Amino acid sequence: MAEKPSFPGYDTMARRDTQSWNEPTRQAIDARLSVPREPRFFTVEEWDCADALCQLIIPGVIDPPLVALLDAALHDGDGHGTRTQTVPYRREAWRQGVNALDSCARGSHGKPFAQLGKDDQSALLETIQRGEPTAGQWGAMEPQDFFKRCVLGDIPALFYSLPQAWNEIGFGGPASPRGYVRLELGHRDPWEAAEVGPDGDSDTVERKNRHVV
Amino acid sequence: MWSDALNAPRARDGKAPDVLHQGGWVEMREYRDTEEVDFVIVGTGAGGGTLAARLAEQGFSVVAMDAGGWFRPIEEFASDETAQEMIYWNDHRVTDGANPLTMGGNNSGKAIGGSTVHYAMVALRFRPEWFKSRTLLGYGADWPIDWREMWHWYAEAERQLSIAGPLSYPWGPKRGRYPFRAHELNGAAKLLAEGAQKTGIEWTETPLATLSAPYRDANGTSPPCVYRGFCRFGCSTNAKRSSLTVFIPRALAAGAEVRDLAMVGKIETGPDGRATGVHYHRDGEWRFQKAKNVIVAGYAVETPRLLLNSANDRFPDGLANSSGLVGKNLMTQSNSAVWGRMDTPVRSYKGPPSLAISEHWNYDDNNDFHGGYLWLGQGPMPIEWAGVLTGAKGLWGDALREEMRDYNHMVGVKMVGETLPNEANRVTLADDVDQYGLKVARITFSYGDNDKAMIDHALQQMRASIDAVDASDIFDQPDDNCHLGGTIRMGDDPTTSVVNADGRSWDIPNLWVCDGSLFPTVGGVNPSLTIYALALRMADRIGEMSKRGELYRCRM
Repeated sequence: MAEKPSFPGYDTMARRDTQSWNEPTRQAIDARLSVPREPRFFTVEEWDCADALCQLIIPGVIDPPLVALLDAALHDGDGHGTRTQTVPYRREAWRQGVNALDSCARGSHGKPFAQLGKDDQSALLETIQRGEPTAGQWGAMEPQDFFKRCVLGDIPALFYSLPQAWNEIGFGGPASPRGYVRLELGHRDPWEAAEVGPDGDSDTVERKNRHVV
Repeated sequence: MWSDALNAPRARDGKAPDVLHQGGWVEMREYRDTEEVDFVIVGTGAGGGTLAARLAEQGFSVVAMDAGGWFRPIEEFASDETAQEMIYWNDHRVTDGANPLTMGGNNSGKAIGGSTVHYAMVALRFRPEWFKSRTLLGYGADWPIDWREMWHWYAEAERQLSIAGPLSYPWGPKRGRYPFRAHELNGAAKLLAEGAQKTGIEWTETPLATLSAPYRDANGTSPPCVYRGFCRFGCSTNAKRSSLTVFIPRALAAGAEVRDLAMVGKIETGPDGRATGVHYHRDGEWRFQKAKNVIVAGYAVETPRLLLNSANDRFPDGLANSSGLVGKNLMTQSNSAVWGRMDTPVRSYKGPPSLAISEHWNYDDNNDFHGGYLWLGQGPMPIEWAGVLTGAKGLWGDALREEMRDYNHMVGVKMVGETLPNEANRVTLADDVDQYGLKVARITFSYGDNDKAMIDHALQQMRASIDAVDASDIFDQPDDNCHLGGTIRMGDDPTTSVVNADGRSWDIPNLWVCDGSLFPTVGGVNPSLTIYALALRMADRIGEMSKRGELYRCRM
């Protein structure tokens, strides 16, 4: 498999004060990056469990922590609005879900999910993803559906709403009112991320990426 | 701040937001609740907004209501997938069936302008035979309108929306050139074209409701598209031609009143069984607007929900429901895709997502399934792309984060596929209540064998097209759905349809419906242009009926 694309020196936020970001975008991203780092929806125990879960789904150092964004989203609203026969509305689903994860961990290891080792945590999630029985109390909620709809539906969406994630994947980011000019396959606007390889060697690309404004 | 649009109504005290001018306001005529207006319209999308303009322009007194807020795109729309969730209908709903539908950004708007605020602007005509699919093609149900009549209204809708499209369209009967020139193709569209050429099928530039040149009329100006992407999260430059930017300004100029944050909860009927007006929630209280005619334009879930929630002693099964068909025959369009990785960066986030199209399989009848489908070029934003990888591949952890790094290199095509009407797929009322205290919709859907056979066929064909451009790591995204239709079937027979060709209830002659729920079949094309065309036709028909004295206590 080909080596993954890299975009050294690229920082979406460098365009914050250019014509690529309008005021509503600045406000939205500023609010996201300054989200309160404390529970308002979850209890402290639920927060710890959700935090561990977020770090499994998207590993690495992420600022703000995804659990803060999840807590804020659930504090502010009830998500995407639909429930199914097996997964309740988002607030209820998430509260039930993290408590169920803890009950699984306690059932099998005698301690809460957040205190398990990464391998045990991953093994539990894989069990749930495969739809196999767990040692936890899930009530009427179907664990596999909770995992698909809420865990995989919500947590990656929180990460890829962050400029940090856009830098990692070379996404152009917000683009109004300036928009783009070079639409042709392989063509890059000067305010888009340059990639090592297609847009030059590492040094060239890094220099280009310092000027994506 | 956009949140102001949700805190309190903006259209009041004789003025309404002028979305075509920064900070602008326009004068708005207002009606008292006790004033019996000619038409109250529920919903302001492609059906309701268009009707509000065309009925007011003919001199009728019109009040249009929408549960959503009145956003100012050029001042309030962010370039952001998450921040723009406020334009979708995310109120509580229940989904079930074997294939519970995904609701939200693909099919449910909540704003002045309805779903046209977030639509991808793909402006297509039905294949003519689909208007008689039962008679000519052997499936579904016939429409009560002849295709040649629709052809006239399609052209009218394309003109009024300044659709940008190709000089000549490869499929179907001849049509005039599109009013505006087609947009330049982006990388994803170029690859769709190359894939089509190499597999021997036709493709063309997608007719789109976004400007390819400046536009000006009496209400203001709009600039051409700047290819920023994010079209499905609201256009922040007003290049998008929508109900919000085209028909609502016209409605206001013609003397219609448009009420934002006005949730209609019940249609009232009088002793004679006619509709007398609507109960609506605005400014923290329930009010009642008297009207000579009620038009419901809330799309395929909210329209039947309102008719069912309006049940009373005289109509215990809901309004307009003597056929028992209100809410039944819910259809979606299958939205499966095939993706692959190109060595060259594609950067498909630039430009409208669907700049190129192939309707080849909409015009081929030699298959082992009924109905047709098209495919369109794609330009997923990062969160949507993460959803594809988690949904189709179940990825998480380092595997997800690594695979996401190929984002700029990915290319895909996505079908819009016809599903067949089936009475078991339907909208009913659940016991849950929403923030207004109204019973929410239960949306039941399962794909039938024909639908599945079509999806299989489409995946195979799309795979061949992606393979033909030498993409690697090709994979299917089999599960996705988009637009809705059905639930208030129009027809020629009161026992097998809810309304007639004019959207007029067979049971209650001053109750009308105008949105995608009218569709007896959904075809394999995006529905918005057909809804606009039906609304233009319906406004014209109402004008004619009025002149002939065929409207209830309402004559021009």
